[in-house]
Amino acid sequence: MSILNCENLSKAFGRKVVLNNVNLSIEKGRIVGLLGPNGSGKTTLIKIINTLLVPDCGSVRVDGLELGIETKGIVSYLPDRECLPDWMSVEELIQFYCDFYEDFSKEKAERMIESLNINIKEKFRKLSKGTREKVQLILVMSRNAKLYLLDEPIGGVDPVTRDYILSSIIASYNEEATVVIATHLINDVEKILDEVVFIKAGEIILHDSVDNIREEHNMSIDEKFREVFR
Amino acid sequence: MNIDRQFSNDKPIYVQLVQRIKRLIVSGALQPGDKLDSVRDIALDAKVNPNTVQRAFSELERTGLVYTQRTSGRFITDDVQLISDMRQELATEEIEMFFENMKQLGFDDAATIKMVKEKNHEHS
Repeated sequence: MSILNCENLSKAFGRKVVLNNVNLSIEKGRIVGLLGPNGSGKTTLIKIINTLLVPDCGSVRVDGLELGIETKGIVSYLPDRECLPDWMSVEELIQFYCDFYEDFSKEKAERMIESLNINIKEKFRKLSKGTREKVQLILVMSRNAKLYLLDEPIGGVDPVTRDYILSSIIASYNEEATVVIATHLINDVEKILDEVVFIKAGEIILHDSVDNIREEHNMSIDEKFREVFR
Repeated sequence: MNIDRQFSNDKPIYVQLVQRIKRLIVSGALQPGDKLDSVRDIALDAKVNPNTVQRAFSELERTGLVYTQRTSGRFITDDVQLISDMRQELATEEIEMFFENMKQLGFDDAATIKMVKEKNHEHS
């Protein structure tokens, strides 16, 4: 059964068309790469699914439900920029998420924070950029959601942090949940993906399993991407 | 279980996982009757998608090299003959690939065999 279903989705900002008639269906239990260059519409699509933007036309269903309060409860979203109240300590942020989301596991978040030796009493804004990224990801992945939307989760962090983030995505994987990772850092994520969606100038130009692409074209997703977007 | 994390670009990752696990079995690094690590542990270790590991296991089960015991996990077959056959198969593949590579360098089979014999002589 599909967890995400977009039909004839379009969005323009003024005259600029950002999404053009997007049709996309994603099954449960998958890790999906939403791949495209800067400005291709990845963030816009994710924001629509997360009800931060309203599409001009078309419809989105998450787990069969129309977008609304109910879908907010089952979608866990990592924005592409920091948006947490940065005067709070890590501990307070965990409580903040716990108050907000019924499906939040405080225990899991605290365990992950501890395993990284992050001082839970420290204010968010005093942490390094890499650590802030980790804390944000931990908060998002500590929810027991059905759909995780991660917008550039590995942008701007060092390779060790990148490894940690990818490992936590694998560790959090379960058959009932789908993870969508929007990124242009394909080489780093391709090993953990089941399938990829290539988005170019607001249109979906390829949606296939990683195994199929490698089998049919004898090339990695990274190479395929370079071929398609050259 | 130690699985190399580097994967080549030209083949699906599950195919490469199957090849690696076969080699671990044939070389004796994994012994008959040994328990395999869980899907999740291997996925985390090799940093690959859990479904990819699952697919590799299904493939190995199809060959009979690995079997699932419903409650306790996955094990390497006790069928020593099967492992020996697999060793033979992998060896044949290696030799074919070797002759193919030599051909690209301009040596026909006879010349290749002659060179191997000479090389072997140096070793002994």
